[in-house]
Amino acid sequence: MTADWPILSLTIWLPIIGGALLLAIGDRYSNASRWMALATAILTFVISISLYCGFDSSTAQMQFVERAPWIPVFNVEYYLGVDGISMPLIILTTFITIFVVIAGWEVIQYKPAMYMAAFLIMEGVMVGVFAALDAMLFYVFWEAMLIPMFLIIGIWGGPNRVYATIKFFLYTFFGSVFMLIALIYMYFQSGSMEILAFHELKLGLTEQIFIFIAFLLAFAVKVPMWPVHTWLPDAHVEAPTGGSVILAAIMLKIGGYGFLRFSMPIAPDASQELDWLIIGMSLIAVVYIGFVALVQQDMKKLIAYSSIAHMGFVTLGFFIVFQIAANPDASGGAILGIEGGMVQMISHGFISAAMFLCVGVLYDRMHSRKISDYGGVIHTMPVFGGFMVFFAMANAGLPGTSGFVGEFMVILASFRANFWFAFLAATTLIVGAAYTLWMVKRVIFGNVVNDRVHSLQDINRREFIVLGSLAVAVLVLGLWPAPLIEVMDASVVSLLEHIKVSKL
Amino acid sequence: MQFEASNLIPVAPELYVLGLACLVLVIDLFLDDEQRIFTYALTQVGLIFAIFITLSVGQTEAQIVFDGSYIRDGMSDVLKVSIYIVTIGAFLYSKEYLVEHGLFKGEYYVLGLFAVLGMMVMVSAQSFLTAYLGLELLSLSLYALVAFDRDSKAGSEAAMKYFVLGAIASGMLLYGISMIYGATGALNFTTVTTALTEAGMEDIVLVFGLVFVVIGLAFKLGAVPFHMWIPDVYHGAPTPVAQFLSSAPKIAAFALAMRLLVDGMMPLHSDWQQMLIILAILSMVLGNVIAIAQTNIKRMLAYSTIAHVGFIMMGILAGTPEGYSASMFYTIIYAVTSLGAFGIIILLSRKGFEAENLDDYKGLHERSPWFAAMMMLFMFSMAGVPPTVGFWAKLFVLDAVVGVELTWLALVGVFFSIIGAFYYIRIIKLMYFDKADNTLPVVGNLDARIVLSVNGVLMLALGLFPAVLLTICVRAIGG
Repeated sequence: MTADWPILSLTIWLPIIGGALLLAIGDRYSNASRWMALATAILTFVISISLYCGFDSSTAQMQFVERAPWIPVFNVEYYLGVDGISMPLIILTTFITIFVVIAGWEVIQYKPAMYMAAFLIMEGVMVGVFAALDAMLFYVFWEAMLIPMFLIIGIWGGPNRVYATIKFFLYTFFGSVFMLIALIYMYFQSGSMEILAFHELKLGLTEQIFIFIAFLLAFAVKVPMWPVHTWLPDAHVEAPTGGSVILAAIMLKIGGYGFLRFSMPIAPDASQELDWLIIGMSLIAVVYIGFVALVQQDMKKLIAYSSIAHMGFVTLGFFIVFQIAANPDASGGAILGIEGGMVQMISHGFISAAMFLCVGVLYDRMHSRKISDYGGVIHTMPVFGGFMVFFAMANAGLPGTSGFVGEFMVILASFRANFWFAFLAATTLIVGAAYTLWMVKRVIFGNVVNDRVHSLQDINRREFIVLGSLAVAVLVLGLWPAPLIEVMDASVVSLLEHIKVSKL
Repeated sequence: MQFEASNLIPVAPELYVLGLACLVLVIDLFLDDEQRIFTYALTQVGLIFAIFITLSVGQTEAQIVFDGSYIRDGMSDVLKVSIYIVTIGAFLYSKEYLVEHGLFKGEYYVLGLFAVLGMMVMVSAQSFLTAYLGLELLSLSLYALVAFDRDSKAGSEAAMKYFVLGAIASGMLLYGISMIYGATGALNFTTVTTALTEAGMEDIVLVFGLVFVVIGLAFKLGAVPFHMWIPDVYHGAPTPVAQFLSSAPKIAAFALAMRLLVDGMMPLHSDWQQMLIILAILSMVLGNVIAIAQTNIKRMLAYSTIAHVGFIMMGILAGTPEGYSASMFYTIIYAVTSLGAFGIIILLSRKGFEAENLDDYKGLHERSPWFAAMMMLFMFSMAGVPPTVGFWAKLFVLDAVVGVELTWLALVGVFFSIIGAFYYIRIIKLMYFDKADNTLPVVGNLDARIVLSVNGVLMLALGLFPAVLLTICVRAIGG
């Protein structure tokens, strides 16, 4: 089914070129530039859908492969391809970007063309991260991602944006340079920059541990895992709504994707050796960060902390596999852990995007994110209130929504490994419900607390389309996750086969 | 020494530039101030011709002439052409500034051309004396250029410091050369190398000589702890001179290091590798950390130069063709990036106003989006963030260092480039996130704008297709 069209290249470069054109046009025709951005985003999404349609889910091979020499001296290639793990994430990226463009439609008045351009370029670069099969190409996309985000937070962000964006930049830059050294090291061991060649590379345990730690620094900052998560609440609070959505929905997933694509297959023995570390950090994220979220006064901060807790589930699901592998009569649970983590990533992409968009809707009207400024919003904004309650339920993991599927699978997998892991992970069902629903109770329900809430207007058609589409996505994935799991199944199984074999 | 006419063909570019410099000097005598533009045009056209001449005498195999004291090889061709291009760029940027500040004089271009000639001699040196000759010709021209604004106290002070410290450095270098001469009885690199291989590394005089040569080199490159002149000179010199100083002579200094250490004293590699490791680490640490504390952008760029020199040294000390080509790539890229960064300072400066404080860059994005975008590219390139070319420069050097099992040094390098990233993105923060103090529109001549745009877009274009330049460098080194 490999198409004649270079679909991956199109998905990467179409938005980037569109963004560059927008930059060139500038703000002279701001309305036209908005439509152009939307058209580009939708077109990219449509193109990326053909990845799903043409995907052969029976194989773990890379598909839609494109290969061309790039820097022959160093064997660096322009090498793209997707498997069942990266393909859903690419579609998530193109899907979410549409809503980011729509959400910024009227809200962004300062240099709208540049705003849209930044998000389009961002989209292309993020797709590049997921599609790259050459380590250097991956790294270039990975770092290039920082530039638009740095500008988005810094230019359109809140009052403390400069601190937040520099912290964001330096944290992620810090994490990734050590990964670069690890990649160079492996280049010398294998003589090639192909990620798939790194998978097959034989490495000693000490080497693996160093490489694993280098990757951990990069991915843990991105995910973010406790204790390197502190940039996230700052970045989220200061970022404009669209920035928060992209951060939560996609950028965090890149960290999770990195574990699956790099850490686990390249250093399986080190992962086995150090799984306690990741599992410990994940459980701390789930439990402790859950409690931190409980006491937040700021809605965006609360959702940011809830993102960290949910991403803890993802990493827990990935690394619980190594505990299960040690326990021979529970090997069926391994696949559940990884697939659960993947489903959780996609689902969190939808839900966190929706939650941030909901806060954005309120913020555009009231210019406040403080929970205490709200109350009784349902009386003045009934439709919006309904959406917000629905997404909050999904965030808390209500069965029937996508939030439930991933969490449930990961908890089931944890049970196969160790009762206490599962027990701690399951506390999220209580804590998560507590912080989300308590926030909803204070913001949406109750009596109308002040005049400003009294004069709120309900959501307009634009906002309805955005929230409605995401609500459909959350429901569909919650009720019928099979298509997603089917697509990734072959790739996950082959990944598990791969990491079972020791490299020593 | 026999005179052979065929010896002159490989040195045709040098003879040509010498002739050009003299011609410009003489013609300028007969021009009024209003006609000074002819001097400028002649210099620029002359330099463009120099590119063609160098390329036309260029061949793949090396030619050594004048009894082994002069070499023309792939590396010298590429470096000379880069020197011309960078110099042309520097002259393009600076014309308007010089006119406004009453510095638009023929001597500026004459001195510039002599500096170029000095660099060419350094690049092609195949004996210690030739290298020294080129170095002195370059340095003397630069001393005069730094003091070019005669009415500026800061400029004179900077020139004085530069002269005194430069003279000490030259002395060190000569002293080292004399020791090596004493130990080996030769001055040209081929003979010295043979003598060194036979003598072995036990000779204490040799090691002493090497130390002094490395000190002299470190002075010229501006590596810590021999860096003190750089911030003061960059700060005090007229901005166009600082721009020139930070770009083309870096290429020549790289060539000097390659000639002296690699061509001349490769058998002592394990000795000078240790010294360069120390110099490189100190430069990266001190350059990056102190740059953070600067409020003057010229001083900040000066400290950033020091940090970049650390990286350049890392490639050389690897002692492999990969390392040399990586360093060469890095140096050329650094020169071009630095040209652009200083170019922005020049373009933002007006009569009676130097845009040299960091605060002058506040809100540049509002005043001139294009300038701000270009500056952003330069800064990201210096910080080494993809997709700008600065990333590849760093990557190739790190690659070379990891390739010789010095992974720890690569880790030190990247760690300090994270610290370095902070002050580069601070400029971007000032330009994009802060409100402008003054809202004066940014003017700039068409030629300067064009060269700026080409320069900035080059950062991105080479970042997307680094193989173009890298292949040239690899071929030049002959790996």
